[in-house]
Amino acid sequence: MEPLSWFEIITRVLLQFMPVWISLIALFTLSIVYKRRLGLYGKLFDSTIGMIGFALVMFWVFTGIFGALDMIITHDPLSQLSGMKNKLPGTPLPRPDEGQYPYYLFGGDNLARDVFSRMVKGAWIVVQIAPLATLFAFMVGITLGLPAGYYGGRLDTLLSFFANLILAFPVILLFYLLVTPEIVETGIPSYMATVLFVFPLIFVGVLLNSRYKTQPKVRTPLLFAVLGILGWLYLSLISEAGSKVSVLPGFLDLFDIPAGILVVFVSVVFVNSPTVFRIVRGLAMDIKTRDYVAAAQTRGEGPWYIMLWEILPNARGPLIVDFCLRIGYTTILLGTLGFFGLGLSPESPDWGTTINDGRRLLQIYLHPAIVPAVALLSMVLGLNLLADGLREESLRD
Amino acid sequence: MTDSYDGPILEIDQLSISFFTRLREIPAVMDFSVKVMPGEAVGLVGESGCGKSTVALGVMQDLGKNGRIVDGSIKFKGRNLNEMSQEELRQIRGSEIAMIYQEPMASLNPAMKIGKQLMEVPMIHRGSSEKEAYDRALQVVTDVKLPDPKRILDSYPHQLSGGQQQRIVIAMALMAEPSLLILDEPTTALDVTVEAAVVELVKELGKKYGTSMLFISHNLGLVLETCDRICVMYSGEAVERGSIKDVFDEMQHPYTQALFRSIPLPGADKNAAPLRAIPGNFPLPHERPPGCNFGPRCDYFEAGRCDAQDIPMQPVPGNDRHATRCLKFQEIDWNAPLAKSDITEKPEPGRVVLKMDDLKKYYEVAANALFGKRGDTKVVKANETLSFEARESETLAIVGESGCGKSTFAKVLMGLETATEGQILLDNRNIESTAIEDRDTQTVADVQMVFQNPFDTLNPSMTVGRQIIRALEVFGIGNSDGERRKRMLQLLDLVKLPRAFADRMPRQLSGGQKQRVGIARAFAGNARIVVADEPVSALDVSVQAAVTDLLMEIQREQKTTLLFISHDLSIVRYLADRVMVMYLGHVVELGSTDQVFSPPYHPYTEALLSAVPIADTRVKKKHIVLEGDIPSAMNPPSGCPFQTRCRWKSQVPGGLCEKEVPPVRQLGDGHQVKCHLSDAELASMEPVIQIAAE
Amino acid sequence: MGLFILRRVGVMILTGLCLTFLVFSLTNLYPNLEKLAKTQGNFRMSDAEVTSYLERNGYLQPMIVKYGEWLGVVPSYRHENSDGTIQGRCIQPGQAPEDAPHFCGVLQGYWGFSTVFKDEVGSIIATRLGLTGKLMLWVMLLMVPSALILGVLSGMREGSKMDRTLSTISITTTATPEYVSGVILIAVFASSTVGLKWFKGTATSAMESANFENFFLPVLTISLYGMGYIARMTRASMAEVMTAQYIRTARLKGVSFGNIVVKHALRNALIAPFTVIMLQFPWLLNGVVIVETLFNYKGFGWTLVQAASNNDIELLLGVSVVSVFVVLVTQLISDIGYVYLNPRISVS
Repeated sequence: MEPLSWFEIITRVLLQFMPVWISLIALFTLSIVYKRRLGLYGKLFDSTIGMIGFALVMFWVFTGIFGALDMIITHDPLSQLSGMKNKLPGTPLPRPDEGQYPYYLFGGDNLARDVFSRMVKGAWIVVQIAPLATLFAFMVGITLGLPAGYYGGRLDTLLSFFANLILAFPVILLFYLLVTPEIVETGIPSYMATVLFVFPLIFVGVLLNSRYKTQPKVRTPLLFAVLGILGWLYLSLISEAGSKVSVLPGFLDLFDIPAGILVVFVSVVFVNSPTVFRIVRGLAMDIKTRDYVAAAQTRGEGPWYIMLWEILPNARGPLIVDFCLRIGYTTILLGTLGFFGLGLSPESPDWGTTINDGRRLLQIYLHPAIVPAVALLSMVLGLNLLADGLREESLRD
Repeated sequence: MTDSYDGPILEIDQLSISFFTRLREIPAVMDFSVKVMPGEAVGLVGESGCGKSTVALGVMQDLGKNGRIVDGSIKFKGRNLNEMSQEELRQIRGSEIAMIYQEPMASLNPAMKIGKQLMEVPMIHRGSSEKEAYDRALQVVTDVKLPDPKRILDSYPHQLSGGQQQRIVIAMALMAEPSLLILDEPTTALDVTVEAAVVELVKELGKKYGTSMLFISHNLGLVLETCDRICVMYSGEAVERGSIKDVFDEMQHPYTQALFRSIPLPGADKNAAPLRAIPGNFPLPHERPPGCNFGPRCDYFEAGRCDAQDIPMQPVPGNDRHATRCLKFQEIDWNAPLAKSDITEKPEPGRVVLKMDDLKKYYEVAANALFGKRGDTKVVKANETLSFEARESETLAIVGESGCGKSTFAKVLMGLETATEGQILLDNRNIESTAIEDRDTQTVADVQMVFQNPFDTLNPSMTVGRQIIRALEVFGIGNSDGERRKRMLQLLDLVKLPRAFADRMPRQLSGGQKQRVGIARAFAGNARIVVADEPVSALDVSVQAAVTDLLMEIQREQKTTLLFISHDLSIVRYLADRVMVMYLGHVVELGSTDQVFSPPYHPYTEALLSAVPIADTRVKKKHIVLEGDIPSAMNPPSGCPFQTRCRWKSQVPGGLCEKEVPPVRQLGDGHQVKCHLSDAELASMEPVIQIAAE
Repeated sequence: MGLFILRRVGVMILTGLCLTFLVFSLTNLYPNLEKLAKTQGNFRMSDAEVTSYLERNGYLQPMIVKYGEWLGVVPSYRHENSDGTIQGRCIQPGQAPEDAPHFCGVLQGYWGFSTVFKDEVGSIIATRLGLTGKLMLWVMLLMVPSALILGVLSGMREGSKMDRTLSTISITTTATPEYVSGVILIAVFASSTVGLKWFKGTATSAMESANFENFFLPVLTISLYGMGYIARMTRASMAEVMTAQYIRTARLKGVSFGNIVVKHALRNALIAPFTVIMLQFPWLLNGVVIVETLFNYKGFGWTLVQAASNNDIELLLGVSVVSVFVVLVTQLISDIGYVYLNPRISVS
């Protein structure tokens, strides 16, 4: 068979992404039709920049999801086909089996794996980890930043000192120190996970408690139910048979996170939290001078009610914008980890690892490195544009 | 100015300005005409959103990206500004037309020395050398009566006080001796006594330099004091235009009349002659009614006539250049007395609910917030020996300017801070050292507060109803969500808001409506003592009256003790039973409203009374201008706190004022002052405000 | 002012101590030491042999003591071997134990010995830092001016076409981490198959003699990422300043647009980006590590990677100390500079 021409490659790739296109069109049609009823999210569709960004982000989100369902990929991202090593985009398989996709659309890498399928699978890793890690970083940053900003004084000095301590640490060094097999062996990442992942629990618990404090009849069962479920999830998350933290007997342990992923996750949360802390602290210091905070104080509200229900909702604008930017930054960090071969397995199809694999032969074969590089670039660019659009629209009120 | 032009300095003819948003065109100013003759001062008055500042920016041709002049002409000395090129405009700006704004701090470049900012003007427009420019700057700074001009020229804006900054802004405007000065609310951000001095200065310099002025303000009293002519604006249109005397005494437009009826002039009384608020709300720019904009709120509205066509400006026969935008002005009996609507009995004050005894609140602050080392602290005496009683259904006004300690006092009373010394007795229970979190629910519910800034008083991300219900929950009122919701709706009724507002977000409400929600929230737990911290000062005059009356009405029904904190003596005189005047943490005078508003005064009260502008041509005020600014509470003067600005100081022998804090002196009937002046001197004081016989 | 700097330096030293202790603990964990013992001895050592090796070299003391020794405030550990000889950190081979100093730590200028490069850590770091310094100098020279110009130009007329274009450029560069831009740049400008072949894809030769051909791509790669960020900060700050009331005052005073930007807006608008530029250093270090790896430029970042991936404990410690120190010093400079730039903070 002849190799495909560039035009054919593009047509076939576009066709391969069909489920993504359909989802995108459906999402945009619905959103634009109902945009006046959707608050800030709806207003996003007034801004061209925001829409482009959102489209890019959602493209990769859908790609990740469908990729995880094995829909878009043409080949198994890990299997090596002999004869396809470093082949250019559009190269046909030498001996395609029945039902096997007859081409490597974006060529093959130095281990003869399909670059296109690896890119699609790589999206899933980012889509899984980046938003979740950012969310955890926000929980930690908010839970510590609110009291620091609200109370000020010694607590603030102490917490800010620790935040600055972490911020003064070059990220890459931190990764090299934290994400090594030796460290995993000592269990430090598991202990860190135990500490960091407890923050969402504290956050939700305090949030509900302060809200329903005045109605003990509602509060107590609610807290029991919510914290019970969250606590179980938390224990399942941190506990892993054979690791240092194994508190839950196996039959209760809902899921296990591979140690490599956990350590990556923990370090990304750890690196992001201080910045979130600083932002939240600044916002809390600003908002606590408002009269509605004083009004809450004069009716005897507890400090956590004021922080979580009076201050936090009114800081949401800048926080949402930063959340988008931070997912982008986390994506970059994940790529960095992959680039240095830290944490994730060398087989992993994530973008950072693939770029690292591809760069060795960059002078001769471009495609194995360029494809994931462009993918990562477009995703982060999308997040940045989205944040920009959101910022613009939220300021327009 | 060398040119020999002698026509009107500024002539605005049928000006229309619109702002363009993504959705629609929003007309901000429509069919607006005004003429400013040489040496004349014209006041432009109206409530916020009426377009008065837009007119000023239109004159400056600085409307931003979205604003555009859609019709009419603006002629400056006969030349149409609309047709000028950017370069021509640049030459006129700053040299021929200068502008002074509301926020002095914001209008000075924080990173540039004052001298440099001033010198820039002649250097641009006259090509002056640095030396000439410096000399000119020095001269103008001396003209605006700033002490030590050389030092001032060498300082940064943040090193000056608000009053000094505003003087610098004025100096900057006068650097090139412009023919026209536009002042956009130049004193709103300043304290009353400082405002009086600045207004005085503007008037004086206007005369000295022969400058014409366009004075934009929401304060009718201020316009009366500064201007020759006035133009009243409503919802983008000029509704009445004429000389001060014509408009103030023979108004010919229902809006002007309603405006005057809603401000507390001497003679207004909360029981015998209550204020009349203008019904309804200010129309949004894109929801203006057909025909007369004021129609829906007008007492004289005639359907089919007032809303049939656009109403033109019509001259009022017999008066000089007096015009009104009303079809019926000749049919209305302008002198008809106001229907005596709801005269209420003055309620008798009941038993004492709140008693302050020698309350003191000191703060320790680092001497230098940024670079000070620990232990290097300074004591700020925010409240010094505060003693008074407040009774049931009584209104006690607390009057003072910034830094007088009124907010600290409120915080201590609310329990947000604890007292340093002395006691607060609520129903004979001591609460001075019980912080809010240690108070029982009943005490917390009993003492509540209404805040100053309506845009800040409600949590922007919670519905109105939810916020009130939360207060009910905290105060333990109602046993179920249903009961609380019912009570919340009743509270909305109480503050005269439609029940539908329960599900609205605060941003959908106007300032006055938000303030009503704030009041409802304060009364959620049947508060017995309500501290109202300048509850109406941020509202427009017509709304002020409505909110004030609402407070009075609830007070009558619930027998509330109202502690009304304000700097506005007009409103205090209107609604207070007793008045407490504070200065730098000290109570300088305390007595019933009549006692405080008539001699003998404390010298500070005297100056304060003189400083407050009153929008009534019959009022004759004694002219007292205080020197300098209010001293910082961080660094108070020795002896009497007021001695640095007191005009009576020389009457006290032996420099006593600088050495000792005066004792509290009882002048009978509970009237007390903190002053060294002898009884004879006090008795010799003349009333500051006199109403000329009609 | 002196007091202010003193306090900042105090906090800085405290931060430095905390961070170095953290690094020290993380690098001296038992698994690392075990690995060290095996690489120094042989890979088939028994557990007992490992323990005795660690014992001999003083690695089994409490962490805080080891840290003190490394720092040079605790007398160094000495071990008497079974044959009666004394060995210790401070005793150089061939040196009599009596002649050796008791303290030998960072404070005495002894940084340890690299197991990978077989050389004194101090001298390795000095050479490598010099190479990276050269790189950073050019990065700064390229990045800061272009970022500021970009930011000021787009911020002075917010929403204009120029703003839109320049903003898109800066957003794109911030969305491009060094390992992506590096790959793309190499592909476009240096690839031998389809590229333009203007530059070289490796900077190894730039270590001796840097020229435009072999040095521009690494410099550009690091600059691009930081440039977008600084430009966006400058733009935001500039746009905010341009809407400030005092700019309107200046405009209505008749100041021309050029003078408004240069005389009135610039100084105020640069306060925020200045701190950002200084606080960029921890980030730039990231970029340096990536770019030096990508372009095979054997500077400080490359050394870090070598030290970390080869368990070269003393070298890694040295590298960490230097990078933490650099970060803290730039933070100090940023604080002091902020005070000088912003007249509102008075230093009396």
